[in-house]
Amino acid sequence: MSTDTPSAGADGEPMSEDALQERIEELEEKVASLETEVGDDQKKMTIVATQGTFDMAYPPLILASTAAAFGWDVVVFHTFWGLDILHEEKSSDLKLSAVGNPNMPMPNALAALPGMDRMATRMMENKIDENGTATIEELIELSLDQGVDLQACQMTIELMEYDEDDFYDGVTTGVGAATALQHMAESDIQLLV
Amino acid sequence: MSDEFDITETLDVKGASCPMPVVKTKSAIDDLAEGEVLEVLATDSGSMSDLDGWATGTDGVELLEQVEDGDIYKHYVQKTA
Repeated sequence: MSTDTPSAGADGEPMSEDALQERIEELEEKVASLETEVGDDQKKMTIVATQGTFDMAYPPLILASTAAAFGWDVVVFHTFWGLDILHEEKSSDLKLSAVGNPNMPMPNALAALPGMDRMATRMMENKIDENGTATIEELIELSLDQGVDLQACQMTIELMEYDEDDFYDGVTTGVGAATALQHMAESDIQLLV
Repeated sequence: MSDEFDITETLDVKGASCPMPVVKTKSAIDDLAEGEVLEVLATDSGSMSDLDGWATGTDGVELLEQVEDGDIYKHYVQKTA
């Protein structure tokens, strides 16, 4: 940032009235822009969503849509399996893992049988429906409507061999780690899910 | 119900759970004019704390009253700006 505040012209002569006036206007503009920056009390939140299981898709979307209701500036950066949440086809078919999930009312040996993930997912979906909890698709639409910036990491789009058109309309593509870091640096809240 | 204020609109989010009561309240408030009051009817017991937290943390809204009426949680939110 430039801190030079010359009281005289470059040649050492006192500044003309016009030059001074110009300088004052310049500084006033700078002060106004700094005031906006400092006085900007809008909170910012960045969530990094890395998981693509049914249960792990919920927390980022619930927090993001609620934060938007607070009027916060929200970015959710989806990477690796988190991309599946934004993938139009895959998002409606996310699975709960029955194996290695100590909250499942069945032993691992049983959970490993074919069809168990599907069954566990079906059970959870029924619960969600009974409880009046929103679906993942509803939360995505809601978040986008409210101005949440849902971002899909470009590197993992290519890694997973997805196409940019595979994602919901309104999803931001063509972004990477640097974009995510820049948002995180400006954020009051940063979460990794 | 209070008669200290007039209700402009009623939002029915009965049966919906977190985060819907808050998110839908925010959308409904956006459609109101300054000074108008929104009545929110919810069955989510978490809405008592959540709407309070939302109203406290959000500019331009004030939570006037919260009433527990049987299974229904009633919230009265005024748009102040």
